[in-house]
Amino acid sequence: MATTSTSSRARRALVWLAVIFAAFGAMIASGVAFDKAGWTPKLALDLEGGTQIILNPQIAVGTTVTEEELAQAVGIIRQRVDATGVSEAEVTTQGGTNIVVSIPGTPDQATLDRIRSSAKLEFRPVLITDVSDVVSQVAANVAEALAEDPKADLSGLGTAETPVFWAEPAGDPINFSDLNWVTPEIYQAYLTTPCDVLDASGANTADPTQTLTVCADDQSYKYILGPVEVDGAMVSDASANYIPGANGVQTNEWGVYLTFNAAGTLAFADVTSRLTTLQGAQNQFAIVLDGKVISAPRTLAAIPDGKPVISGSFTELSSKALADQLKFGALPIGFEVQSSDTVTPTLGIAQLESGLLAGAIGLLLVVIYAIFQYRALSIVTISSLGIAAALTYVVITYLSQANGYRLSLAGVAGLIVAIGITADSFIVYFERVRDELREGRSVIAAVETGWKRASRTIIVSGVVNLLAAVVLFALAVGNVRGFAFTLGVTTVVDLLIVILFTHPLLQLLARTRFFTSGHAWSGLDGSALGAVYRGRGEFRVDKSVSADKRSRVSKESQKRQSIAERKALENGGDQ
Amino acid sequence: MSAITRFGNRLYTGETSLNFIGRRVLWYLMSATLIVIAVVITTLRGGFAFGIEFRGGSEFQISNPASTDTAIAEQTITSEVGEAAAPRISIVGGKSVRVQTEQLTAEETDALRVSLADAYSVPVDQVTSSFIGASWGSDITSQALRALIIFLVLVSIVMALYFRTWKMSVAAMVAVVHDLTITAAIYGALGLEVTPAAVIGLLTILGYSLYDTVVVFDKIRENTSIAYDESKRTFAESVNLAVNQTLVRSINTSVVAALPVASILFIGSMLLGAGTLRDIALSLFVGILCGAYSTMFIAAPLYAQLREGESESAKQGRKDRTEIVRNASGAVR
Repeated sequence: MATTSTSSRARRALVWLAVIFAAFGAMIASGVAFDKAGWTPKLALDLEGGTQIILNPQIAVGTTVTEEELAQAVGIIRQRVDATGVSEAEVTTQGGTNIVVSIPGTPDQATLDRIRSSAKLEFRPVLITDVSDVVSQVAANVAEALAEDPKADLSGLGTAETPVFWAEPAGDPINFSDLNWVTPEIYQAYLTTPCDVLDASGANTADPTQTLTVCADDQSYKYILGPVEVDGAMVSDASANYIPGANGVQTNEWGVYLTFNAAGTLAFADVTSRLTTLQGAQNQFAIVLDGKVISAPRTLAAIPDGKPVISGSFTELSSKALADQLKFGALPIGFEVQSSDTVTPTLGIAQLESGLLAGAIGLLLVVIYAIFQYRALSIVTISSLGIAAALTYVVITYLSQANGYRLSLAGVAGLIVAIGITADSFIVYFERVRDELREGRSVIAAVETGWKRASRTIIVSGVVNLLAAVVLFALAVGNVRGFAFTLGVTTVVDLLIVILFTHPLLQLLARTRFFTSGHAWSGLDGSALGAVYRGRGEFRVDKSVSADKRSRVSKESQKRQSIAERKALENGGDQ
Repeated sequence: MSAITRFGNRLYTGETSLNFIGRRVLWYLMSATLIVIAVVITTLRGGFAFGIEFRGGSEFQISNPASTDTAIAEQTITSEVGEAAAPRISIVGGKSVRVQTEQLTAEETDALRVSLADAYSVPVDQVTSSFIGASWGSDITSQALRALIIFLVLVSIVMALYFRTWKMSVAAMVAVVHDLTITAAIYGALGLEVTPAAVIGLLTILGYSLYDTVVVFDKIRENTSIAYDESKRTFAESVNLAVNQTLVRSINTSVVAALPVASILFIGSMLLGAGTLRDIALSLFVGILCGAYSTMFIAAPLYAQLREGESESAKQGRKDRTEIVRNASGAVR
């Protein structure tokens, strides 16, 4: 019989829902059993307490970060964080440019420094150098003399290392140590730009194939350096230790011992053998870390084995930190801290509790409103909301286990907002069924035709919501993603529940005496809805017509409608 | 049956009818006036009040100190980093102290955090600290704007395909932009702080506002399509009937959507003070109310107006349609 086939279809839908639940339940249970995962979703830092640092790449204007560079940087930062012994730290990319480091608890200053510094290491030959104060003095003297007399003779104001003028280069530079790299403009900038300005000018993003004007990290010396000869990427190992003194006795000075890879060894041997033949400043090579010269040693001998030692004003701690950073690799790009956010566990718990409380109150209000509006029909709403909540919970828990998703405060807000949106699809459905009752259909028929129309509306609104969630998730950063994610999940859950639970349940309930009779409390009371009955005969006929035939008929009429409508549209469009 | 249901019955049969379409000039003027007033007030106030995420700076929050005296924080900051820090100190949620300062260095931030914990005699882990670069908020916003534009383009294509007319799509987009504008304008006029969380709320309005519009447009499409058009209603009257028939639905869906948001808004402001929850809920709450209004008063009248110009063809179309209706209605009944 037709009624049984509708009922059995409804039951089959419910079984499918049970299968979905069982599948997620089993996956979560296996996660709990084998991976020591929990039965609850993992929480993000704003609910759990911890520190989140967002790093923004420092790149020259007009250039972009490649995905490869970003992935490389994430890997390096992850190794650095792991090396500090912090457990459960997470390093992820965000919005295609930023790197987010999430650390549970409150990290110490050393850990923060280690993450923040980009450890971009470069070896450049020194072209010109002097004590910064001397350079500033020369510049100041020149300015003073010019102020008194614009035609004053300036030649006596310079020193051997720091002349007042620099001649145009005689030709193209033949190697990286060639003074022909220096133009009068570069020299003028070297002479007059203070170290503070140089430090802030983004030396970290300087072009490696050009000269670089920088200061020492303590601003004691100023340099013009040649192009990069060897960089941090060529370091294969690094460690920190005391530097042996001249006579082999250990000193108190800490240094970083480097081991270059094959390419680095060759390049370094080349540089050092060239530099040993040069005199004065050009005999030095500068070790530039994050855009500052940390050390500029003289080259006493060629180093063919690729194992130099970096000395500088290191302490035990700073030398070890640098060694770690170099060992795991320098970041391909410099980063600056865009935001650093510490949430105490106390505040985290308070936020979570407030979120849950708001959710509970919101749910309660919706339930009360549903009872007020839909009487007994609200049982369908309430049970559907309950099932939707349960399904959302298992999906989120599963995603948290499988994909490392963490529920944030914005995510919780998304879940609460979803209560209303989910209940909305029930309202659209119920009101549609009521419309059909008003047309004079029987309860069973009204549920079927009402569903046909309402399901289209519900699905297309679901698609719109999902589109919003996907676009936001793909393009937005930070909190927006957490929110978009839960919104997307709940939209899919909403569609599943309406199709696999709400509609089948209403189909089954519509066959109970309470609803078919249109009881005043059923919420589907035809007479209260002002239904236009065509007499008892019509009513009975409606009931005896098989559901299949009814659906065929209404499908038929729908098809014709849309053809006609298309035609109407075509006519409209032609003229 | 509740009074609302009986009201719904009268609206359904056309016994009671509110004139949404006919008075459209009034609705347009109302919205336009509201927007103009808000823009003027916002301009007089000197633009939007941007949150610390957009200005850049450091923020500290001391949870549950014994005393919430703001003078303690002021003294601590002045002695620690000097007057230049320009602190803004406020009490949030009744029991926490929030301090916002100009941008401090990472070292200063950490030091001040310890001093504040000391001054309020709470453990250091009860003081949260945030350091926000000035580019953070604008980064979020520029990405949100990009997402907004891409979404609007995609969704107008989806709607044009679904409703098989670009005019519905246009009307729906105008309504969405209207909702976004009004919500933003209310933020500006009331001087509410614009935070990234508020931007999130604003973006969610998109999905919600369209949901409402889709429901009503579906009914319009049905009413203006042949099978239901046995009566001699004009196109505008059919649209008006559809809006009336879905009025109870619109009220119900909007109330149900607004209830949980109101709950977040209430709990968020009472227990936590300013923060993610309150900011998302506030913009969303305004947006949901706007969305319900704009569907009935902007989108539907605009759609009727867009179809008005094609009255010749519409008439012709109706002649064709009536013939088919007879067949179709014969099959249905």
